[in-house]
Amino acid sequence: MSELFSQYNYVIVIVLMMTGLYIVFASRNLIKKLVGLSVFQTSVFLLYITVAKVKGGQPPILIEDKPYGVDKDGHALLEGPIQVAAGDGAFLLPGPGSDVLYSNPLPHVLILTAIVVGVATLAIGLALTVRIREVYHTIEEDEIQEMDFVYNLEGTAD
Amino acid sequence: MSLLAAAVEPAFLVPTLLLDICFLALLVVVAFAIVRMRSLFGIVMLQGVYSLLSAAWFVTLDAVDVAFTEAAVGAGVSTVLMLSAMLLADRQSTPVPMRRQLGALAVVVLAGAAMLYAVGDMPAFGDVNSPANSYVGMDFMAKTAEEVKIPNVVTAVLASYRGYDTFGEVVVIFSAGLGVLLLLGLNGNSGNWVARPNGQVINDRTAPSAGLYQDNRSEEQRAEAGQ
Repeated sequence: MSELFSQYNYVIVIVLMMTGLYIVFASRNLIKKLVGLSVFQTSVFLLYITVAKVKGGQPPILIEDKPYGVDKDGHALLEGPIQVAAGDGAFLLPGPGSDVLYSNPLPHVLILTAIVVGVATLAIGLALTVRIREVYHTIEEDEIQEMDFVYNLEGTAD
Repeated sequence: MSLLAAAVEPAFLVPTLLLDICFLALLVVVAFAIVRMRSLFGIVMLQGVYSLLSAAWFVTLDAVDVAFTEAAVGAGVSTVLMLSAMLLADRQSTPVPMRRQLGALAVVVLAGAAMLYAVGDMPAFGDVNSPANSYVGMDFMAKTAEEVKIPNVVTAVLASYRGYDTFGEVVVIFSAGLGVLLLLGLNGNSGNWVARPNGQVINDRTAPSAGLYQDNRSEEQRAEAGQ
């Protein structure tokens, strides 16, 4: 089953990306265009994160190298099995002979940056849309172009 | 440690794959619904749903930090931004006739086909030895415990190894915020805009859309606007 689906993710993510791109190209409404851009962008994130997954891996947060549920002196902890690791420096690392595997952190970092920058550009795009609406009283692209066309031919009343 | 290994190894195959298939199917349904929908409110909310679904999928792909950010920023902040922009702009999008969508469809199908052609060369899902998972990322993994001494490797890379990138990101957000403030006229210039392309003066009364609406301002206000 897993061989059959080994490249399934990529195919679906490409379909999603193209759907986003189609919304950008085909719709004339500026806000819908921006939504399409956002869908496209999120799909690119999906592609990156899919590549970073490692079979049998953990989230890239280092596990502390000590038995679960026991403190430094060997006493059982009442609170539960998971304690936050606080910098003793002894972590379980991947490598030959090690039992732990972590997923690749680098694409995660890249995408974290991309998400935040994406919101910044989206905000600018939306502000431009609002501004266009103030001047043209519509956010439909064809109506705006039509007005520009007439304006360039004749000018307005003044 | 052996307990940990036993828990991790066989678990990957079926449940993760099933979650994968379900999330991807839902994402496809939502994306297609956005294409078909005409109400802008529905479109914006579906965009939020899309972000939230992808955040859930990120968790199954071990990208917990990304999932957290996507849920907060992608599904939260950008949905709020879009809703407020929609409130200031419009509620409905007019449908585009099918014959005017054929060009877009052709471009999208071509680009998609080109990418699908390349899929055969991509590493298998979850491949430990794929090029992307072999070099720099694993170096960060091995050295963070010694060099940065915090357990979360993503945070270590973001704030320490690639700290300059993050600083650049902050600069981008600052300029975007500044741009939004200036565009929306929150510096006190709202409604008094004037542009002078090629020597001709364009403002509210002479703009391409003038005549479509009533100008309710008094003469003094118009004079103030620079006519």
